[in-house]
Amino acid sequence: MDQSSRKIRVLVAKPGLDGHDRGAKVIARALRDAGMEVIYTGLRQTPEMIAAAALQEDVDAVGVSILSGAHNTLCPRIVSLLRDQGMKDTLVVLGGIVPQEDIPKLKQLGVAEIFLPGTSTQDIAKFIRENVKPRE
Amino acid sequence: MHEIKEGSSEQLAPDQWEEQNLKPARPRGERKTSFQTVSLEEVKRLYSSSDIADIDIENDLAFPGQFPYTRGIHATGYRGKLWTMRQFAGFGTPEETNRRFRYLLNQGQTGLSVAYDLPALMGYDADSQLSEGEVGKCGVAVSSLADMEALFSGIPLESVTVSQTINAPASVFLAMYLVVAEKQGADWKKISGTLQNDILKEYIAQKEWIYPIRSAMKLVVDTLEFCTKHVPRYNPISVSGYHIREAGATALQELAFTLRDAIEYVEWGLRAGLDIEEFVPRISFFFNAHNDFFEEIAKYRAARRIWARVMRDRFGAQNERTMQLRFHTQTAGVSLTVQQPLNNIARVAIQALAGVLGGTQSLHTDAYDEALALPTDSAALIALRTQQIIAEETGVANTVDPLGGSYFVEALTSKMEQGALDYFERIDAMGSMVDAVEQGFPQREVQESAYQYQKALERGDQAIVGVNKYAMEDEPQQVSTLVIDESVRQHQLERLERTRTKREIGEVDRTLDKLRQAARQGDNTMPATIEAVRAYATLGEICSALRDVYGIYEEPAI
Repeated sequence: MDQSSRKIRVLVAKPGLDGHDRGAKVIARALRDAGMEVIYTGLRQTPEMIAAAALQEDVDAVGVSILSGAHNTLCPRIVSLLRDQGMKDTLVVLGGIVPQEDIPKLKQLGVAEIFLPGTSTQDIAKFIRENVKPRE
Repeated sequence: MHEIKEGSSEQLAPDQWEEQNLKPARPRGERKTSFQTVSLEEVKRLYSSSDIADIDIENDLAFPGQFPYTRGIHATGYRGKLWTMRQFAGFGTPEETNRRFRYLLNQGQTGLSVAYDLPALMGYDADSQLSEGEVGKCGVAVSSLADMEALFSGIPLESVTVSQTINAPASVFLAMYLVVAEKQGADWKKISGTLQNDILKEYIAQKEWIYPIRSAMKLVVDTLEFCTKHVPRYNPISVSGYHIREAGATALQELAFTLRDAIEYVEWGLRAGLDIEEFVPRISFFFNAHNDFFEEIAKYRAARRIWARVMRDRFGAQNERTMQLRFHTQTAGVSLTVQQPLNNIARVAIQALAGVLGGTQSLHTDAYDEALALPTDSAALIALRTQQIIAEETGVANTVDPLGGSYFVEALTSKMEQGALDYFERIDAMGSMVDAVEQGFPQREVQESAYQYQKALERGDQAIVGVNKYAMEDEPQQVSTLVIDESVRQHQLERLERTRTKREIGEVDRTLDKLRQAARQGDNTMPATIEAVRAYATLGEICSALRDVYGIYEEPAI
């Protein structure tokens, strides 16, 4: 298989103590149906575990699902751990319940996009496809 | 002018009437080729007497207060007593939540319902590393008896009934509640209230678990047994479909899995030697109120009928109280939209009305801002007022089961009942509900429904106003939301530190050892848990002691 037809690889991650995984699981399946390879971490992964899984699975994008309000603590840490281990271009997106006023800060810290409730899974797939960095 | 022939239409069978009167209209078409409920169940154009031909009025409906209680468990419905208005609340520190409780009671709320934060739900203290970023965010932060004392300060537990949404560490919270009551001078024989304590739905849907399933079930049985003997007016389990529905289940799956979970608790209770007529009347239920009005009403009516028949026919119960299903309802959090959030007030009102027409014993109405954050004071107040408007202004509480006899509602009720019985059969064939959950059966069913619903939304087959219909580019409704900052964590860490210094550590160690021993020997863990709580052992320490014995649950890939 040549590099250009390599499927986009996405890690769907669920950090924090929250167990509401409906969204994470629906997104994982929708991205798979959209032709991507998806790895779901399962519940209650620490930022360290998520970064390690991203490296091991050699993913192009990490989709983080947080509904509990812990995004300001968890997301920046995931981004910085990814960057520290050399994953400079890995796209990080966040989905969940995030107040408007937190969005600029999260974007500044390296979260490429924040998807709020009501976003269609097709829009999320499109964003990932258009924004992952092509592999050489 | 048409000549009106009296009685001519009555002489036709319903299907003939439809054939003659509606067929000609069809070429002009209907709005859609198929009409479905929010659970993606087909709804017919018209329901008439032929749809309820199989219903035996005397045996299937009877009168309110009569077996099988399809029309309600009380002969007088809400004419005797309105439902309990019980708003779920909890955020930040125990002091902040205590203020919200007093505010709600002052506004005419009739019961309390506590939301705990994620560390509490998972059995971790506020100072655990895993609690970082989560303290006080999704509910009130509680790590020890000291927090519970602040939470219920000035609230007399002998007269106010409190519902606690807590599951994996429920036995610890029951113990803390009982010790606070004891310190207030309340008599355990007189206090009432509800512990959610429904661990099966955690593995199916909500996923806040600690121990492996069978050990967790043993803890549930311990609380059942303890309450039956020592706190007889307390409801130790609220079997909950709410979370199963929120995770994506259809109305039917919510109904079927909830009642089958309840059957499982009854079987475990009986195996522990409890008397069915003694402990089952104290098991209550908790259902969702989603958007599809009639489907929800049918679900509640079917739930009562199924439970009455299961108790009589499967378990041989004889007392009325044992066969009567009592339930709490909460409007569907999952239906609330971030877009145009004030629209949620209308959704909640209609969902709440379904709960009332379904005969709920108590009700929580969501606040309009809950898709954004925990509710502000003013949003919480509108939610409570919505219930008061239904109770005081609409007239729906004036008569019992006003929809009884509706062709549509009765046909849906029967269909729900049959669908649930089919699920029971499949689960029984797997051995038990615990076996089914271990095999991931209900989990897979719920996930599949969640995905099908999402696809229906994205095809436009299901509409959400303000999201995939009537959406607006510029958000016209700006609302302010409640912000929980990190000072809550600091406040909680300080109290925890003080608690740890002040207590007698020898007593903490002794009681925790005793608890480990009780768990190891298979004894009832409640007495030792209460002793540990009295010694100010923290939630995290008590759950750790039980983890030492039981281990932890690892979710299989589903």
